[in-house]
Amino acid sequence: MARREEGVVSWVTLSYLSGGNVMGSQNFFRHPVERSMSNISPKNLPSKHYKSPAKKATQQLLASNHAAAPKPHLGGALAAPPSRPPALRRLLFLSLLLLLLLASLVRAAVAAEEGEDEEEVFTEELLLRPLPDRKTLAHFHFRSSAPPSAAAGRHHHVFPKAIAQLVQQFHISELELSFTQGRWNYERWGGYDPMSTNYAKPPGVELWAAFDLPLGEIDATWKNLTHTLSGLFCASINFLESSTAFSAPRWGFKLNEGNLRYGALPREAVCTENLTPWLKLLPCRDKAGIASLLYRPSIYKGYYHSQKLKLTSSQSSGIIIDQTLTVVLQPDTLRGKQLHSTDGQEAQLQPSWSIKDLFNRKLSGKCLISKSSRVFVEIEKDIVDKSDKSGAEASWTNELFVLSTAPNRVFKELKDMDTQPSSLYVYDVSNYNNDKPLDVGITWKLPLIWYCTPAPYHANRFLMGSGNERGSIALSFRSTNLRKQVYGSSNDCSIKAVVFQVVPWYVKVYYHSLQIFIDGNSKAISEVVDKIHVTPSVDKLLPGSLEMLLRLPCSMQSATLSLDFDKGFLHIDEYPPDANQGFDIPSALVTFPEFNSSRSYPETDTLFMSPLLQTFKEDGVIKSYTEVLLVPLTTPDFSMPYNVITFTCTVLALYFGSLLNALRRRIGEEEMELKKAAAKRGLIPLLIAKLRGKKLDPPQQGSSPTSLVSTKLLLKVVFVAVVAVAFHYLSNS
Amino acid sequence: MASSTTEEAKPKPRLIVRLGIFLASHHILFSALCCTAGIIALLFLPSLAKNTYLSENALIPGSANTLFSTEDILEANRFLKGIEAATGESRGGTDMPKFISQEIKNLGAEVHYHEFLPDRKCFHPLKFFTSMTNNMAVKPNGTYTNFGINIAGIIRAPRGDGKEAIVLVTPYNSQGDQSNELLSLALGFSVFSLLSRATWLAKDIVWLSADSQFGEYAAVSAWLNQYHNPMFLSDPVILDTKMYGTNRNLYEHDDTTEKAELMTFKRAGTMAAALIFKVGETRKYNDRDSVTMYAEASNGQMPNLDLLNVVHYLAVHRQGFHVNIETFSSLLSSSWLKVIAEVFQNVGSVLRKINPDWKLDVNVPDYVEGTANLANSMYNQALGVPTGSHGAFRDYQVDAVSLEFAPAFNLKNENAKFSFLLRGGRLTEGVVRSVNNLLEKFHQSFFLYFLTAPSKFISVGVYMIPFALFLAPLPIVAAALAGDSKTKGKLVDECKTKDIVGDLEIGGESWKWLKSARVLLVIQIWAALVSLLPYYISQIPGAMPTQYAVIWAVLSIVILIILYGMFGSPYHAGVEWRLLKATMITSITIGMGLMSIINFATAQLGALILIPMCLFSRPLKAQLEMNFLPRIILFISNILLTVLGFPPAALLVMKCLSKGLWTVDIGDFWLWMEFLWEWSSATYLYVFLVHLPCWLLCIHVLLHPCLQPESKMKQE
Repeated sequence: MARREEGVVSWVTLSYLSGGNVMGSQNFFRHPVERSMSNISPKNLPSKHYKSPAKKATQQLLASNHAAAPKPHLGGALAAPPSRPPALRRLLFLSLLLLLLLASLVRAAVAAEEGEDEEEVFTEELLLRPLPDRKTLAHFHFRSSAPPSAAAGRHHHVFPKAIAQLVQQFHISELELSFTQGRWNYERWGGYDPMSTNYAKPPGVELWAAFDLPLGEIDATWKNLTHTLSGLFCASINFLESSTAFSAPRWGFKLNEGNLRYGALPREAVCTENLTPWLKLLPCRDKAGIASLLYRPSIYKGYYHSQKLKLTSSQSSGIIIDQTLTVVLQPDTLRGKQLHSTDGQEAQLQPSWSIKDLFNRKLSGKCLISKSSRVFVEIEKDIVDKSDKSGAEASWTNELFVLSTAPNRVFKELKDMDTQPSSLYVYDVSNYNNDKPLDVGITWKLPLIWYCTPAPYHANRFLMGSGNERGSIALSFRSTNLRKQVYGSSNDCSIKAVVFQVVPWYVKVYYHSLQIFIDGNSKAISEVVDKIHVTPSVDKLLPGSLEMLLRLPCSMQSATLSLDFDKGFLHIDEYPPDANQGFDIPSALVTFPEFNSSRSYPETDTLFMSPLLQTFKEDGVIKSYTEVLLVPLTTPDFSMPYNVITFTCTVLALYFGSLLNALRRRIGEEEMELKKAAAKRGLIPLLIAKLRGKKLDPPQQGSSPTSLVSTKLLLKVVFVAVVAVAFHYLSNS
Repeated sequence: MASSTTEEAKPKPRLIVRLGIFLASHHILFSALCCTAGIIALLFLPSLAKNTYLSENALIPGSANTLFSTEDILEANRFLKGIEAATGESRGGTDMPKFISQEIKNLGAEVHYHEFLPDRKCFHPLKFFTSMTNNMAVKPNGTYTNFGINIAGIIRAPRGDGKEAIVLVTPYNSQGDQSNELLSLALGFSVFSLLSRATWLAKDIVWLSADSQFGEYAAVSAWLNQYHNPMFLSDPVILDTKMYGTNRNLYEHDDTTEKAELMTFKRAGTMAAALIFKVGETRKYNDRDSVTMYAEASNGQMPNLDLLNVVHYLAVHRQGFHVNIETFSSLLSSSWLKVIAEVFQNVGSVLRKINPDWKLDVNVPDYVEGTANLANSMYNQALGVPTGSHGAFRDYQVDAVSLEFAPAFNLKNENAKFSFLLRGGRLTEGVVRSVNNLLEKFHQSFFLYFLTAPSKFISVGVYMIPFALFLAPLPIVAAALAGDSKTKGKLVDECKTKDIVGDLEIGGESWKWLKSARVLLVIQIWAALVSLLPYYISQIPGAMPTQYAVIWAVLSIVILIILYGMFGSPYHAGVEWRLLKATMITSITIGMGLMSIINFATAQLGALILIPMCLFSRPLKAQLEMNFLPRIILFISNILLTVLGFPPAALLVMKCLSKGLWTVDIGDFWLWMEFLWEWSSATYLYVFLVHLPCWLLCIHVLLHPCLQPESKMKQE
């Protein structure tokens, strides 16, 4: 779009507004006052020549009307007038004119920017991949990029302003926020491809960010960041603010100089309220383009749902945000038939599906602002392998499957090994429209069983022990024999694995109790652990974190690491509302640094720029997240605090009362007191006597017949009781 | 006022002290009153039972429409045919696990085998309560052909986070093929296949087919032990080859990866609840299929009442089952109970007339049934032995209940089978659904309760009353006896006694109780030694239970004589019987108090015998000074209670009452004790550390020579 409209200022603006996409232009009009104000400032001059150190100089230049620099750049956009400066006066005049123009023709300036190489670009892509267990993976990838801030200023027209402000305010160099529901099945959906490496995330929220700040300011900035994100995404990310919730890994998570913070909230529920703000960041939202496929009932029906926002910012390349949504869906086409098929073969038949089956929508055209809009269908290499064996070329229609629409192009992964690469079928969405919607699908011709390449080890984590006192965390590795498959079976090698684990403080891990068992034999720690970095937890202050580099022998079949822990006690107001559920230990991350999932594709066309494939090409160390654990802690009985308080108070009062009494009492004094008391009568008898007008008699000594009094009293009591019972009986009957 | 005598030097003691002194002076009346009240309160318990109700609102049982349908029954029938064919092919049973695991795999769920050896239960006195957790550690070498195979299938909840799991257990016997067991497997499978398609799951589902050839409990507990306390030191594959030897091959092709895959133990988070269900024998209860709930776990632990409530609610109000709990059927027809029931009904109706809110008048049949159920509930809790494999779950703080379905019609009838499967499946699904709704683990409802009917319970607040009444006179009697012995010899009237006791003189006299405390200590040591003896006796190979028991008895007596030789006989030391009795009562108070915390039901039942025995005990020689009638009564009750208080005698009497056989076999006692320690029941500890020493002290008191002629009993 930008290229076509180059130079035609007003038209661009108009088309922008009338392009049927009010949503898309929302960023543009978000703060009109602020925009017009800020546009006057020279910082917003859209020029790539203005690097940030040169800001002040430019300002001075402009102030003194020596605004020669922006001219050639703007000249392209603003067409004729200020093209050739023959004289200084004319130049001055033109500069003034230029300033005026700047103030009034805001959109022109922005449009001018589009004409340049560094422009705000938005691309949308969708990758579909059939999975071995009759499910389908759909991966939405939206990338918006903004040129470096000096050039873009505070204006954006496709790039979300909120994110730009976030980056500016908190000096973020990298940030990744993911909301996940469900678990990635590493055994069935693969553990050795870019998808599982980059987009398989632990359940709940995971946030990490690297800051471009002095180390002392990072914690404070992180806290502000969590609050901002929490507001931005309608999630309780602000719980990561507390110092007990985040940690600063040095190398176990991602190599850094101490400017990275990592936090996870495993219990955070993910729903549409998180998706809506995420969609707001897209220029077309879900009104047009690929995002329009995001029909809520179908994407939340899936088996895995992970929405992620990845943000990278640097002085040279500007800000790039990758918004991805990875869902694993069950195409509901063949459900009924599979269920009661007695034939094993038929049960294994893959369901044929199309976009309509998956999302209940068809794709009718691209988001107009997007630079490119593509749909990929990826076929695992295992299938490609089989189709090749059967003799057919890797075309879109072969003996095994047929794609419903002919692809625009086909990619094959470049591989140096003799195994077959996976193939990608590319559809350009711009070729489709409302009349001719894209509904790509796959129809299987033969029943097919294939497997995804697993990670070298399956990592599982579980709790051991029972009771409220102590337990152990065990991390087990199970070999998938990948090494043997890939590199042959040499036994004298070792595989590196990095374990990164954060444990909340109330799970008091004893790191010295680390035990390692390989194939059922206990190993010394020094044999296996190459490097270890432990941050012990501090009660109510810091979580414990463990970074560990392991060297596991290739021939190993299974290994288990175990760590003992004690369960701590929380203060009564530290318990969450549903305390009896237990407490979560966030997922551990296991990385295999020697294995890389990056894929390379042949560079056939320089114009063919796909951010999705770009991320596939990037260095992707194999990662896998383990399960979240649930630790039951001792919980007070919240349902009857009143009873508990009264009981304990009574017991304490009785105990202390009698103790004090025993300690304080002086029998001799008491006797004297009693004698005195016997000498004079109590207050009430005195009063009664006065009321009766009688003279105060001296106390009678030994005259009261005790037996008589007691029988009288007894009679009275019995009488009252009989009357009460009789009254009750009569009144009830 | 009472003390305002001419002598004013003595101050009026405090009210509580006066009350204590008053009670102590009337301690015989007080203890008689309390014990009677305790027994009456105990008998009143069935009328005090309340209806159960759901405390946890999240459970909402039966609010969703059940999805278990005809298709699932077809699935169950298909499974049943398949497994019948599989068992028919080869006796010896590798086909059954193979078939089950293949079926689970076809559903798309994860599956693994868990092999276990029958654990030989032996007596570990030093790890009495913990012995169950580590008994798998010792694995003998060599190959085994006799081992059990559990098959566990796991459904990962589609959108869940995998932190929690619900466990379904169906016992089966891999060696036999009883049609009931196969049917329960089919029922389990059809529910599992339904759940594998459910999208509403929040917790993972584990379906365990427990190989019950060594007993259901052993299989489930072995699996749970592996789940919670795995041993990493032995390689599963190596162990597996050892276990299998060469002749049994469970795997289709000798595929090592598949084998490793199947042998890898898989887990699914913290367990939220467990449901064990099996199909039992055909039984007729007024034309309705019935379900029997078993809930008692070890040492009187019960699952949360909410779990039982959910099962009961769904079974009765949704699926129309007849729900039972275990009962003492002999009590149902006993005439004396009916007499008591009528008395209580009359008393209850009178009370109701006084206050309509006191709804104590229970119908005679209701009362009788309630008592029979309550007695069974109490007995099972007191025994401390789990009534089923749910007990294994309770050891890991997982709430679990066993359901035994009893179809009303023969299941050869297809229609009966159809409706039975439909309702059984729906009930199971409903329970899973309710538990799945839970956000927190079960904690809202009661953990301490007795059941008098499937939908009636007695909570801890009510059933504590009889026990408290039993326990109340003990300190008073002890104080009275101690006070008595202090004032003995001084012929003083009651009024003076009070004053002196209130005064608390501290002199040489008051330390005399130390002598009796020493006797108590010696007897406690003896009891501890006797309780440890079985560990050594059971090491003797190849003896009959009777021989074991005789050795045990002889050794106990020898030890007692040796201890007396070392520390001196209690009678030589000149211990006064009142003090001895006071010490005994003090020790029994402490023992009972502690036991009531460990296992309330044991303490309650024990108190019924032990406390009257203690209170009545009085030296036979001292009794000579009494009048004829009280003497005879006292003598008879003493002898009777002492005989009943002796554990073997009590066992014998109980056996005779239940079976009507009067055969004396001392070996039975050994077997009974073996049964208790095998299950790590705290009742064993109670019998030997609380009951037996108390009984011996009672004997001592009874046989006290009463050398001090001045020891006078205080008369009412």
